Amino acid sequence: MRKHNGIRSWEITSESNFLKRRDFLRETGLIAGAGLAAAVLPGGLTAGVRDLETVAGPYSTDEKPNSWEEVTTYNNFYEFGTAKDDPQRNAHSLVTSPWTVKVSGECDKPGDYHYEDLVRPHVLEDRVYRHRCVEAWSMVVPWVGIPMPDLLKHFAPNSNAKYVRFKTLYDPKQMPGQRRSVLKWPYVEGLTIAEAMHPLTLMVVGVYGRTLPNQNGAPLRLIVPWKYGFKGIKSIVEIEFTRRRPRTSWELSAPREYGFYANVNPEVDHPRWSQARERRIGGGLFAAKQPTLMFNGYADEVGELYAGLDLRKNY
Amino acid sequence: MKTLSAFKVLVFLLCLLPLGKLSLEIAGVAGLSLGANPIEELIHRLGKWGLNFLLITLAITPLRKWTGLSWLSRFRRMLGLFAFFYLLLHFLSYAGLDQHFDLAAIIEDIVKRPYITIGLSALILLIPLALTSTRGMMRRLGRRWKKLHRLVYLIAILGVWHVYWQVKLDTLEPVIYITILAVLLGYRLLLNRRFCG
Repeated sequence: MRKHNGIRSWEITSESNFLKRRDFLRETGLIAGAGLAAAVLPGGLTAGVRDLETVAGPYSTDEKPNSWEEVTTYNNFYEFGTAKDDPQRNAHSLVTSPWTVKVSGECDKPGDYHYEDLVRPHVLEDRVYRHRCVEAWSMVVPWVGIPMPDLLKHFAPNSNAKYVRFKTLYDPKQMPGQRRSVLKWPYVEGLTIAEAMHPLTLMVVGVYGRTLPNQNGAPLRLIVPWKYGFKGIKSIVEIEFTRRRPRTSWELSAPREYGFYANVNPEVDHPRWSQARERRIGGGLFAAKQPTLMFNGYADEVGELYAGLDLRKNY
Repeated sequence: MKTLSAFKVLVFLLCLLPLGKLSLEIAGVAGLSLGANPIEELIHRLGKWGLNFLLITLAITPLRKWTGLSWLSRFRRMLGLFAFFYLLLHFLSYAGLDQHFDLAAIIEDIVKRPYITIGLSALILLIPLALTSTRGMMRRLGRRWKKLHRLVYLIAILGVWHVYWQVKLDTLEPVIYITILAVLLGYRLLLNRRFCG
């Protein structure tokens, strides 16, 4: 495990980006004075986003984070369309408050939990993680979240709980991408209980010190930094503890191409493209690709979870 | 005749518009940009325009026969060469910007990734067509010229296939291309049948 030591470079970068952002908003007349809460940009870029109180968490990388613009305008969220800029353009229709998460399955405290009741008991941590998409691009993102084991312990999972299944909201009125059956809706993802209880796994509530913009999966999303990005299910409305391995959305739609584990692995290619290298977003037109790291660089932390598992078969 | 050549200049400039817009986006003029992943965007857009021009070229003959406007065929060569031009830029931006001219990596891609194999095959097959597109070559090759240039049908099929094979799940765009190509080729099949039988 990497030790966490004082102020790191990203905190400074993030701060300066913060200020730049505020200046930009002020200059363009989008906010009068202080407070980002009121800031509204077209396409829901920052609509409804507010500042969070956070502390620096462990495991953060020293790499320079991608800009707020990059993080919030280039991503996949098929519920709002299949192009990378669709989420940013279409996610304004999502209503994230009030928000309820239904907890069920193999646990002692199932029930419907309000967002506030889930989040309030926890200290929110800043964690700068590498993010590697299965499409071979990557970013560095300063997430804000709750360590997943801390959150899941509230529900007292029992000894039958071998897997955790997460589900995204299904509402084609709020999520126009769901009107086309590109994927089987609602989006479903899952982890083994050991993966879910790993201290790297986060229930993310924000990015760059603020609540999540809708396009990034507000108000609650999963981040598992050693897995491909599609495991990071967004806008979660259900958590279920199960005995059997859940069938996940991408696995159902193309089982030969996307597996349950989806661990970042430069040695196991996607059937149609190489996973050996990745394009780090933000390098401009002339940057070279960089080598992809085993488990996205988190091998020391998570390698033991997969001891003895054939990673070629269990992709 | 004079209006036709003036018209040709106009069409030539129109064909340069996609490149012009891409240049402005690369330069970041007037708030335009290629987005967070400019290399991917540039490669995709060049490829898309190459395929668009290929299909527009293939639409000339049906359009001419349908409307009776015989001068339309005067634009076929230029449109076809623009298809080649955009597809060449598409490949060069892949080889240069995406792969940094790493020959080993490019060869591995060509061998291991079928969608790249067929895409590159289509581009290579376009080279003899571009080289023999001059009036002199047409005269010299005579009947064989027509035979050679029928390759464009295969090239278009490979091109559309190349698009279809690389989308993750959302096949809407390749399906639109497939439909357009099916209409353009189907029209020729029907026409041929009528002549033969």
